[in-house]
Amino acid sequence: MILPARTRFAVRVGLAFAEISRRLQLGGGSVIGGRAIMAVDPEALKHLAADRSVVLVSGTNGKTTTTKLLAAALEGIPEVVTNIEGANLPMGLVAALAQGSPNARAVLEVDEAWLPKVIPSIHPRAVVLLNLTRDQLDRNNEVRTLAASWRSALAGNAAGVVVANVDDPLVVWGAGAADRTIWVAAGQPWTDDSGGCPSCAGRIEFQLGGWACGGCDFARPDPDVELDGATLRYSDGRAVAIDLALPGRANRANAAIAVVVAGALGGEPTDAACSMAQVAEIEGRYAGLEVGDARARLLLAKNPAGWLETFDVLEAPPCPVVVVINARLADGRDPSWLWDVPFERLRDREVVASGERAWDLAVRLRYAGVPHRVVEDPLVALDEAFHGVDFEVVANYTAFQAIRQKLGADVSRAT
Amino acid sequence: MSVSVCLLFPDLLGTYGDSGNATILAQRLLWRGFDSDVNVVRSGQAVPTSCDLYVVGGGEDLPQALAASQLGAGSDSSPLVKAVGAGAVVFAVCAGLQIIGRSFSGPGGAMTAGVGLLDCHTRTGRRRAVGELAVEPAPELGLPGLLSGYENHAGVTTLGPGASPLGTARSGVGNGDGTALDGARSGHVVGTYMHGPALARNPELADLLLSWVVGDLEPIDDREAYELRRRRLAVVSGGLRRRHLWSWAQR
Repeated sequence: MILPARTRFAVRVGLAFAEISRRLQLGGGSVIGGRAIMAVDPEALKHLAADRSVVLVSGTNGKTTTTKLLAAALEGIPEVVTNIEGANLPMGLVAALAQGSPNARAVLEVDEAWLPKVIPSIHPRAVVLLNLTRDQLDRNNEVRTLAASWRSALAGNAAGVVVANVDDPLVVWGAGAADRTIWVAAGQPWTDDSGGCPSCAGRIEFQLGGWACGGCDFARPDPDVELDGATLRYSDGRAVAIDLALPGRANRANAAIAVVVAGALGGEPTDAACSMAQVAEIEGRYAGLEVGDARARLLLAKNPAGWLETFDVLEAPPCPVVVVINARLADGRDPSWLWDVPFERLRDREVVASGERAWDLAVRLRYAGVPHRVVEDPLVALDEAFHGVDFEVVANYTAFQAIRQKLGADVSRAT
Repeated sequence: MSVSVCLLFPDLLGTYGDSGNATILAQRLLWRGFDSDVNVVRSGQAVPTSCDLYVVGGGEDLPQALAASQLGAGSDSSPLVKAVGAGAVVFAVCAGLQIIGRSFSGPGGAMTAGVGLLDCHTRTGRRRAVGELAVEPAPELGLPGLLSGYENHAGVTTLGPGASPLGTARSGVGNGDGTALDGARSGHVVGTYMHGPALARNPELADLLLSWVVGDLEPIDDREAYELRRRRLAVVSGGLRRRHLWSWAQR
């Protein structure tokens, strides 16, 4: 594939900016690099993606994990490029595509609101839809609107094969007008955002292993592949074990979907699952921290659906927890979602509320009957909260990134 | 005494942690030694008319219309109207406020009948109001200081003569009809654009609603809520000062 001269020049400029940013320790450089590329060539995304095999991964939760697992499974020749530090807006996509050789394959996570806008430029080979739930409500104020915009962007043959989680009605609606879909029953414990039918405004009824609208014929399609505990079962009888180093149900679901995508792209599902089994850390998630005389584990939970999965991953009580909450632009400025998290489940632990919105959390924990105290500075909380006792740290997006950045060296060393 | 709090349609009207208001009201009663339970009514279930306190949350356009029709909007047999007639208290936020008014813009922009508990009408404005909202409560409510909340809506609500505002927006938009008012109330029915768990930052408002059911209440330890509110109001205080200067300059 030959890039237009302007795009090649844009990429060189972008890489230079990224390098400067890294040397000045301003960050990974992908955002500024991508910005520079797009300033020189506004059509860079289209040019960089042309004639390439690109998989786009989107949804509210699990984008980064699924992307990394799929990239691990596809590794080979030609090489596979992926997002740098989870940068998943157009500038991040451009920066990711600018790495490696021009024919490198790409597995890219895409912000769920941006997905419909980038599909026409990228012409992906496959699109992965994981789930769609409330997150950053000041920005994505209606998840149903997002589902509708997915639906029109994915209609017909616009996005190759669409691999979608059949247990989330909003995802099914989003994928429903595509010509080629692979439905994966990957599970979706959080159902509070999909109670209203996106088709007729009737009510969606959830029963064990299925859902259907009471008012029209919108219902869960028969899955092509089903995750049954730790086994992925294809409707033709094949079975693949999903045995991961990563903890929790949600990661098994992410891996299951990634295996199906690898299979759809011509890979052997069993081999794909084996490659994923080795992945132990995703951009700092689940990383171990050495804090004084204790060890802590760093977890990311940025919305109620994510928290629901996180409760199952937490070390058993009384293992204490530091919860760090910010409400910056990337988190959503409105932490009202804390009231949708059943924090009552932390009652038999000691909790430290931390972060820029520690007091929002403290009030929530008080009403949940959870013993807690406030230590606003997360680093102080990590250092001083619990002496000699191992604990868990659960942070939302910018809080997580801040902890990672400040303890960066330790994070990677400890795992 | 046992108090029943009815949480209406959390599956339709629960976009922003709105169920928190029911949790808060019930818990504040339990802390004072009252029996209290939250009666969760989901879409499709019958709305009881015998609860003491009804909590209505916010939601997207289609679920909002669905909730309104299940509350008997536009008919003369609304279970909520019946409950209020029997003395029930209602607290409604955002889309909930719109639903219990006389009319609101439904999906596609058509005017839709509301439940009619509050004399107000809501149409869709051109700009979405998103951000911190600070409300000076109407003096007759006897609430101290400023109420604090977060708003995220495109509704423009105009009060009729039968409704009073909850208060005046000192920062943020509120009803957005050019009056700087926020919310609407009539008797023991209260609505506001401070959305989601509005009572988390405003324990006095929670106790005012509860006092209409059980009478005066002993104070409890609300230091964390006060600290939270102090900080949220501090964030908008620059805006508050600007607005004070502006109104001073206009005198």
